[in-house]
Amino acid sequence: MKFQGFRGGVHPPQAKNTMECATVRMGIPEKVIIPMQQHIGALCQTMVKKGDTVKVGQVIGNSDAYVSVPIHSSVSGTVTAVSERIISGSNPVVCIEIKPDGLQEVSEDVKPPVVDSKESFIKAIRDSGLTGLGGAGFPTHVKLNPPKDAKIDTLIINGAECEPYITSDYRECMENTENIVEGIKNVLRWTGIPKAMIGIEDNKPEAIKKLKKAVENIDNISVHGLKTLYPQGAEKMLIKTLTGREVPPGKLPSHVGCLVMNVASVAFVAEYLKTGMPLIKKRVTVDGSSVKTPMNIEVLIGTPVGEVFKFSGGFVSEPAKIIMGGPMMGISLYSDEIPVMKYTNALLALNEKDGKIPEENVCIRCGRCVSVCPMNLLPFDIDRLVKANQYDDLDKYNVMDCIECGCCAYTCPAKRMLTQSIRLGKDALRRKAKK
Amino acid sequence: MENMLYVSSSPHIRSEVTTQRLMLDVIIALIPAAFAGIYFFGLRAALLIAVTVISSVVFEYLIRKMLKRNTTIGDLSAVVTGLILALNLPSTLPVWMAVVGSFFAIVIVKQLFGGLGYNFVNPALAARAFLIVSYGARMTSWTPPLTVANDIDALSYATPLGALKEGGQLPNLLDMFIGNIGGSLGETSALALIVGGIYLLVRGVITWHIPVIYIGTVGLLAWIIGPDGIFTGNPLFHILAGGLMLGAIFMATDYTTSPMTKKGVVIYAIGCGVLTMLFRLYTNMPEGVSYAILLMNVSVPIIDRCTKPARFGGKAHV
Repeated sequence: MKFQGFRGGVHPPQAKNTMECATVRMGIPEKVIIPMQQHIGALCQTMVKKGDTVKVGQVIGNSDAYVSVPIHSSVSGTVTAVSERIISGSNPVVCIEIKPDGLQEVSEDVKPPVVDSKESFIKAIRDSGLTGLGGAGFPTHVKLNPPKDAKIDTLIINGAECEPYITSDYRECMENTENIVEGIKNVLRWTGIPKAMIGIEDNKPEAIKKLKKAVENIDNISVHGLKTLYPQGAEKMLIKTLTGREVPPGKLPSHVGCLVMNVASVAFVAEYLKTGMPLIKKRVTVDGSSVKTPMNIEVLIGTPVGEVFKFSGGFVSEPAKIIMGGPMMGISLYSDEIPVMKYTNALLALNEKDGKIPEENVCIRCGRCVSVCPMNLLPFDIDRLVKANQYDDLDKYNVMDCIECGCCAYTCPAKRMLTQSIRLGKDALRRKAKK
Repeated sequence: MENMLYVSSSPHIRSEVTTQRLMLDVIIALIPAAFAGIYFFGLRAALLIAVTVISSVVFEYLIRKMLKRNTTIGDLSAVVTGLILALNLPSTLPVWMAVVGSFFAIVIVKQLFGGLGYNFVNPALAARAFLIVSYGARMTSWTPPLTVANDIDALSYATPLGALKEGGQLPNLLDMFIGNIGGSLGETSALALIVGGIYLLVRGVITWHIPVIYIGTVGLLAWIIGPDGIFTGNPLFHILAGGLMLGAIFMATDYTTSPMTKKGVVIYAIGCGVLTMLFRLYTNMPEGVSYAILLMNVSVPIIDRCTKPARFGGKAHV
């Protein structure tokens, strides 16, 4: 098998300071805030109201829409508020605030699902509340049920973890190896996909070794060390590296016969099928220049990020920027009241020096943005058109292809907000298409 | 949380490379060539370097003030332009002409077109071309290096390419490599220029593509189109003569006036090489590096348009 890799990419400082930090479990927070949208797709309707008592694993939000997943309570306690809040972005989302009673009483609904067919497997995955745990939050049951005409021949398991700082997937590989393998077997069995490939960047040799050992007697699961190059873990790049196939513009991985799942997602599938406990906790890497003790923490979903930082030992300096996710693609938070969500894999607190937004200078046409773009775009040109409001000329530049990996803006010596401009361009094109 | 938090769209980290740092690296890389110029041509060379650098920075400051724009001398690009211009001048040039050159480079070519990033030709090269047109005799009066015996008539001393064209005595290749020959004050020492070029490569300021392909094309054509028929030429002579090293390493690689894609860069560098040899062999000018690069500079928009990278996933698969 020839590993072809992808074009472009950058080498940000890896800062994997927490690789050897075994996961520490954080207790029950003083309150949890659970947004009714933690996934791509339809917003969930609230199933509880203020004053209700809830139990662990109880469904508190659900939707009839196909592209949506239920949301469960991560604690037992009393609902203290159901209100709209701004989480990230600018649109308010309904959130359920619960005051835990500390008992963690488990709901009667939590029992291992009965799975005897593809349909019941996919239903079980939907009931589990699973969305892609790698960061994008796409509902897993939708992914597992591709269009009828798509012939999937490869399940790709993403353990690349190419973002700086984050080691939560690495800890998953080290601490939950058996469940990863079992989860892969489950997915292969019920979807009928013939083989699985696990891809891990070669800066994590221990994880590669451990998984290789775990699958050595399994013919149809293979483990592959990948060149450490950001954005190796981006879906399209990972597929290209492992299979040589390019997902065409606007198409899904199923178009080229691939299905991509994160290591933590498959491990969760195995656990859920055994216990029936839905997605209520997440392993989160806590790091950044303001954090006193970088570590990996298992956190109940809904825990305000401020409490997670406090649990880790607090700050060495006042944070200037708080990021949910990695520094290349994560979301910067405006408040430490925002809760940990299903797709949260890291919480970073950066000091003034690392967090401040650099001043933009003029483009010197050095060409770095073009040479690092894994999607072969011309970021400097798109930036120029967007800044001049020439949205009509954007069509020719394949703007919608952008995966927003951030390589262009990262590498720009003039510190131009290239990725940010492209996002504006995408938004303008989407609005134009709607008209 | 006592303080307000920064909120911005990702990415949240940026590389260490800045425009200013890139310019500083180019300045550092030019220091060996500047010292070689002073070594071979004396303090007159040092004077010209100082004058063009200072006047370039002063012009940049003044024109930005007059145009009511922000001050940009901190990005060091004016220093680079001044330094490269100086290295392109004969050491005997009157100081006021050097100042005129700085004015043309900074005010006319660079700032009137919008400043850094917007000039369509290399400012230092355009200024050199302007000076040759305006003060041809003074721009082509070469003195022998101080290291060569001083009994030769100073103003009729020829550069290697001049000697080739006029039929004079050709210097040996070793002298050409270390810079012990006539020419512009910063172009003669291939050794010093290569040292600077290696520094730029190591620092990641430039890639090998433009210098290697440009110089390679010149060498190949020089070998093919030899004086005694095909494949009889001496590639090393053409590679070491004139302004090729300075042009290929420091001027053709100018970001603003070179293509944005790798494919474009290859076309551009080959074009520079072909034009250089056409000028050297088939015109009445001894040297062609400046005009070759200037012509390729103005071709960059067309090259960029024709070399857009292929769309990811654009081809049919599976």
